[in-house]
Amino acid sequence: MRTRTNDLILQTITTVVAFIIILFSLSLFFAGHYNPGGGFVGGLMTSGAIVLLLLAYDIKTVASILPIDYKILIAVGLLFAVGTGAGALIFNVPFLTHAYDYFYLPLLGKTSLHTAVLFDTGVYLVVIGVTMTIIQTIGESE
Amino acid sequence: MTLLHWAIISPFLMAIIIPLLYKLFRKIHTGWFVLILPVILFTYFFQFISITSGGNTIKETVQWMPSFDINFTAYVDGLGLLFALLITGIGSLVVLYSIYYLNKDKEQLHNFYVYLLMFMGAMLGVVLSDNLIVLYMFWEFTSISSFLLIGYWYHRERSRYGAQKSMLMTVFGGLSMLGGFLLLYVMGGSFSIREIVGMAGELSTDPLFIPALILVLLGAFTKSAQFPFHIWLPDAMEAPTPVSAYLHSATMVKAGLYLVARMSPVFADQGLWLWLVGGFGILTLFWGSFNAVKQTDLKGILAFSTVSQLGLIMSLLGVGAAALHYDHINDNIFLVATLAAVFHLINHATFKGSLFMVVGIVDHETGTRDIRKLGGLMSFMPITFTIAIIGAFSMAGLPPFNGFLSKEMFFTGMVNIMEADLFNLQTWGLLFPILAWVGSVFTFLYSMIIVFKTFTGKHQPEKLEKKPHEAPIGMLISPIILASLVVIFGFFPNILSHSVIEPAVAAITPSLAKEVEVHISFWHGVGPELFMTLGVFLFGILLYVLLPKWKHIYTWIPEKLTLNSFYDRGIIAAERGSSRFTKGYMTGYIRSYLVYIFSFFIAILLFTMWYKGAFAINTEYVAPIGIYEIALALILVISSVTTLFAKSRLTSIIALGAAGYTVSLFFVLFRAPDLALTQLVIETVSVALFLLCFYHLPPLSRHEERMSFKLGNALISIGVGVVVTLVAISSYSTKLFDSISKYYIENVYDEAGGKNMVNVILVDFRGFDTLFEICVLAIAALGIFSMIKLRLTRRKEG
Repeated sequence: MRTRTNDLILQTITTVVAFIIILFSLSLFFAGHYNPGGGFVGGLMTSGAIVLLLLAYDIKTVASILPIDYKILIAVGLLFAVGTGAGALIFNVPFLTHAYDYFYLPLLGKTSLHTAVLFDTGVYLVVIGVTMTIIQTIGESE
Repeated sequence: MTLLHWAIISPFLMAIIIPLLYKLFRKIHTGWFVLILPVILFTYFFQFISITSGGNTIKETVQWMPSFDINFTAYVDGLGLLFALLITGIGSLVVLYSIYYLNKDKEQLHNFYVYLLMFMGAMLGVVLSDNLIVLYMFWEFTSISSFLLIGYWYHRERSRYGAQKSMLMTVFGGLSMLGGFLLLYVMGGSFSIREIVGMAGELSTDPLFIPALILVLLGAFTKSAQFPFHIWLPDAMEAPTPVSAYLHSATMVKAGLYLVARMSPVFADQGLWLWLVGGFGILTLFWGSFNAVKQTDLKGILAFSTVSQLGLIMSLLGVGAAALHYDHINDNIFLVATLAAVFHLINHATFKGSLFMVVGIVDHETGTRDIRKLGGLMSFMPITFTIAIIGAFSMAGLPPFNGFLSKEMFFTGMVNIMEADLFNLQTWGLLFPILAWVGSVFTFLYSMIIVFKTFTGKHQPEKLEKKPHEAPIGMLISPIILASLVVIFGFFPNILSHSVIEPAVAAITPSLAKEVEVHISFWHGVGPELFMTLGVFLFGILLYVLLPKWKHIYTWIPEKLTLNSFYDRGIIAAERGSSRFTKGYMTGYIRSYLVYIFSFFIAILLFTMWYKGAFAINTEYVAPIGIYEIALALILVISSVTTLFAKSRLTSIIALGAAGYTVSLFFVLFRAPDLALTQLVIETVSVALFLLCFYHLPPLSRHEERMSFKLGNALISIGVGVVVTLVAISSYSTKLFDSISKYYIENVYDEAGGKNMVNVILVDFRGFDTLFEICVLAIAALGIFSMIKLRLTRRKEG
């Protein structure tokens, strides 16, 4: 077992940087429909932030900060994606038909709301779940 | 379902309840229950004689698979009825015989009778079906039940060997026959034999006609043990003797004859048919009788004699096909051959059945079938001796038995064929009577051997296991009936001629059907056949007396050159060859399989490109190349080469990462920001995973050595690269139509409410793919999780 050195600088910077990365990943995710980005890259970026946390702290600490079972995250993500597709069936249109419209919301002004975002959320969650499951499993194995 | 259909499938139904009866009534021999059925069936079929002898036929159809033109059509005409009577008649006698032959306490009788009934039903189905596919179904049933019966004593190695041999051969023939039937269907559009016979004239010009003919004949020849497929029959003698008497003399082996007779109206137009059927038949006659003489086992002699007699009937059927080339009956001298075939078919069933039963009795009462140990049994078993004399003399063609009449007609048919002005028969036709005569001499010889080596001469009690005595009366009933038939048919041949033979001949030669009139006369007058018969007797007696002096000629053919040895070595060679072949290319190394895959890939693509003339270069669509592209391409090439030739694995991994990042730069350059982003992150993750794997390599195999150079690998990889490049260039140079991307560009905002076209395609236009791609990712993650966490072997060890 490696003796733990004092990673104060790394840990401090990580606290700040991780938030910036997460914000950036969210921005990528939400921008997806109009600008480069989307669920896939956004998900990878979010898990990148978590990996940074893993590097700065150890697996146990991160698990207590983010008490998430990533395998469940995969399932939830798949459910989102399938659910969005199946939702179209209620309105008597083919599977995975999306709908969108523009709304005037308080604060945000003219906003387009799109069911494709729900689908993309599914992609986002699955990507986070997959990357984190792989990295955590390999990291924990001896 | 009419009564006729029930009659055909009744043996199968009976077979279902036999095991039950066997368990319930252990005190009574199961054969008694079985015996009822063939007797009833025989009486039932006997009634049809009045219908068929008037020239009428019965046709009843039960729909089975009408959409495929496959229906269970029962068709009774003279030929089918003759066989049905043989099957049920001899079937009854064999069942009666087997009741005394098989011990009810020692043998597994339920198996025996189930197989036997299956066989009986299958045989009835073969001869009474009008539909080719149904015929084929029953045909394979006979093969299977025969296989089961030959292997009845399955603990004996010879039985299993014989069963396997007969199975391989008859199924090979059966499948060929199925091919022939399908070809007939392709040509005529019907599976009905009646309809195909009606179309015979049109079919004969079809290019598929000759293949169909040969395939159907293969089926008939293997089933009827014709040269060179006869070798399964002597080995089938490992079956219980009632089975040999029933299947391998009277019924199953005649299925092939039935098929030839049935198909004669279709195929007989062809000279090939006459030459194949007649030629192979006469060759089989000669070869079978020649080989029968050297056998020392009584059943072996009878097996070869069956082969030879089947050849005789086959050659008669072939020669009789010449009759179909003449429209009217006047002076149709070839018809006598068909007539002789049908007559001898009946005669052979009677005398061969009785001879097998005699051999079974001898075996049963003395414990051996070896003629070198037997001798002088005449005084111990006079009745058996009498039956044997009648059977064997009839087989040899001696008067006054029925074999004499059919042998005379056989010679007449063979002599007549020389007069046909068809298919070179005038020049080569001489072969038929010569081979027929020589074969008959040997037939005479082995018939004498059977009788006199067994029953006369010196009694050798010290070589026998039991003290010989006459068989029980129950065992003698069946051979006595058969032997009496031999005598009755010999003295009064015409009781059969109008009722049975005429309709059968009419069925084989439908164009002459109305005019056929049969009269078998005892005395032909002085003709060539009389002299041939006399010659057979003289030479036969001479050869029998001198037998010890010339018997050594059989050793002239070394063991290695016999057909059996060819078969055995063929089987071994096929097994070893295929095993060696499989071992040869299934090396177990992934490298070999990749070599196969890639070589095939190269070969097929290069061939296609060359064959189709697909290679093209067209610079019209090529975009201008900038300095950035060149620079990036150079980096890519350098990193690829480094990956290949790096000394350490670490360098390779890093170089691979460099290549990945360069690709991502390419994406930037070619304006694919989404791809660039994703590529960047994914490359990072995968390089990290590579490093992880590298770190965990076991220390032993961690030698830092260069990849060894293999010329084959280099050639194949260069080939793949070149081929893929050629394909890419060619496909880029030939744009057949515009891209469909215009639609996406126009509709991305109006229809889907987005501006990032890549993402809109991914989640909206073609979101279905994305759905399953994330499934792939999920499966990969769960797979890794379970591979690492689930370690059953380690837990077991711990």
